[in-house]
Amino acid sequence: MELSARRPRYHRHNPGWSIVNPGKSIAVRSWGRHFKYWHYLVPLAWPPDHLPSAQDTGGSLLPFGLGASYGDSCLNENGGLLLTRKLNRLISFDRDSGLLRCEAGITFEEILKIIVPEGWFLPVVPGTKLVTVGGAIANDIHGKNHHRTGNFGNHVPAFGLLRSDGSKLICSQDSNSDWFQASIGGLGLTGLITWAEIQLIPIETSSIEVETVKLANLDEFFTVSAESDQRFDYTVTWLDCLAKGPYRGRGVFIRGNHVGKTDGGEVLRVHGEPRLMAPFNAPDFLLNPLSIRMFNTAYYANQRKKSTTSLQPYASFFFPLDSVRNWNRIYGRRGFFQYQFVVPFHGGKEAVARILDLIAESRQGSFLAVMKTFGEIPSRGILSFPQPGITLALDFPNRGTKTLRLFNQLDRIVCEAGGRLYPAKDSRMSGSFFRQSFPEWESFSKFIDPAFSSSFWRRVSGE
Amino acid sequence: MAKNRVLIIGATSAIAQAVARIYAERQASLYLLARNGDRLQRVRQDLEARFRVSVNQATLDFGNLSAFAKSITNAVNTMGGLDIAILAHGSLPDQQAATADPDLVTRALHDNFTTHAHFTLYLAHYFRKQKRGTIAVISSVSGERGRKKNYVYGTAKAAMTTWLEGLRAELRSSGVHVLTIKPGFVDTPMTAHLPKGPLFASPETVARGIVRAIDKKRDTVYLPWFWRPIMAVIRAIPEPIFKRLNI
Repeated sequence: MELSARRPRYHRHNPGWSIVNPGKSIAVRSWGRHFKYWHYLVPLAWPPDHLPSAQDTGGSLLPFGLGASYGDSCLNENGGLLLTRKLNRLISFDRDSGLLRCEAGITFEEILKIIVPEGWFLPVVPGTKLVTVGGAIANDIHGKNHHRTGNFGNHVPAFGLLRSDGSKLICSQDSNSDWFQASIGGLGLTGLITWAEIQLIPIETSSIEVETVKLANLDEFFTVSAESDQRFDYTVTWLDCLAKGPYRGRGVFIRGNHVGKTDGGEVLRVHGEPRLMAPFNAPDFLLNPLSIRMFNTAYYANQRKKSTTSLQPYASFFFPLDSVRNWNRIYGRRGFFQYQFVVPFHGGKEAVARILDLIAESRQGSFLAVMKTFGEIPSRGILSFPQPGITLALDFPNRGTKTLRLFNQLDRIVCEAGGRLYPAKDSRMSGSFFRQSFPEWESFSKFIDPAFSSSFWRRVSGE
Repeated sequence: MAKNRVLIIGATSAIAQAVARIYAERQASLYLLARNGDRLQRVRQDLEARFRVSVNQATLDFGNLSAFAKSITNAVNTMGGLDIAILAHGSLPDQQAATADPDLVTRALHDNFTTHAHFTLYLAHYFRKQKRGTIAVISSVSGERGRKKNYVYGTAKAAMTTWLEGLRAELRSSGVHVLTIKPGFVDTPMTAHLPKGPLFASPETVARGIVRAIDKKRDTVYLPWFWRPIMAVIRAIPEPIFKRLNI
């Protein structure tokens, strides 16, 4: 059988991306859902050789993974977003050493599915597995094990960075170390992270041995925290942010370790597809001070004994909220804010106490006030958020100026205590507060790619 | 049951990548053909790292029809046989540009029909001799009516659907399974420039449907399923009305 034909004459270079509906912008929201900004979308199908010209995307570009940042650090109003989700291929996985090399758009959920059955786990995970590796590096995320292991960036030996001038940098502590430090926690502004290496940690089972300790007040947090940090890889505290006076700081301290085979843990198993979904925005009246107080009181009362121990699947320990896909919709059409700060240990306790008082008085707080101590392991990124001290994260339904006024009051306390806010969670801090609390911002800004920008950066850098 | 030996042509397409992941997870033997060697290697590395399988790859110049027979022979020899061949390559021509440039019409037909016809001839030849095998080809719902917005592509897909129908009838007595896959809108690089609507499906959803249809030896599958009733309605629109519609 012989077939032949003239070669049709065509050659079209396909760069691995195209602009969606060129010339027309599309609305994108971040996790907090209160911003609805218009963007030119550029889905990336392959790690590109060069990026689209910023002229075709409203003048600037910003990488966008799953949009899990709460505010505007992952948004670029009237500019372009480089959608990285299809860059989800593994490059190599050494099952003996636990070194994983992958494209930057792969999610923690996808990675865990692959590595958990092989006896490996991610070195640092946030409160959701719905984040990409690129986003985890660009925000230098932290987890419940910060006191032991530092940030995610501390476990990334190398990554690739594509700049808008077409240059490709391999960044590590040895090569392009200045770009390495700028891009870890660099909010996606230094260029597009195309691939990364992650040093995984070994596990014997997929269970976590969890101990919960009831805390009567803030002082107990510091006692329990101090004695837990040595013995537990993972620690976090849930606080009832509506509790006042002698009850201020009451909550539940949660601490855990990976379980060995001999300790009766579950064998290595992947879990955690969401079972529930919030199908639409909840009506605004659903979350009110009364319903939140009822939830918080019930949660606190549910912990009857002073302390309990149980084995939990990793998914329910690390990612309890992922079991409801789009849970952010419960805050209704106006969305919500998260306020997360860190204050140094020295003077931090008093600052936290004052902040809890203010929040309880304002009756605006929500469930999910989460507190933890950050350890001494230095962050690698120039702009990395974590520093030794106490961090507290709280959700607030968006009640407009009333909420923003409260935040400004909290800012003053954080600022006086020498603390700062987490850019990945922020939607509203003033430029001067940012520049004061991140004095490295100026040396960082030299590394910003001239074609890259974000709504957050324009807001805080005073551009 | 012995492990399937699967050949995927156009293996860097988004749907093909998703199909390959399903077969690799089943520990099938895989042979991937595509034009771009660099991207092909990324796909192979991903499959190998994820599923601990060994995957074969080779590049292919789709413009050179006379090289197709050799490609298939190489695949068969490398895997020690062949059970399933999936054709996933293609391109979406720009309708307006194509109607202004006949060469683009030639190219669209080449990309979306001629190359498939040639491949299926060689595959049919091989499968007929071993009296079994599956030829699964991605056609499209767009081949069912000539829409003014997209009839260059639609024509190629219509030709392909007709071709596969004939081939299926011819191979029926040889025990060879021919599957016509008709996806609707799929969110892939081919459609990346189009605004997305609720009818768009993910490549992963379509891939699961393809593998299911291969397993069940279906003749034709619409993916997702709702395109079957939609297309039944669209086919039923009389031409005097259809030609006035702006779809």
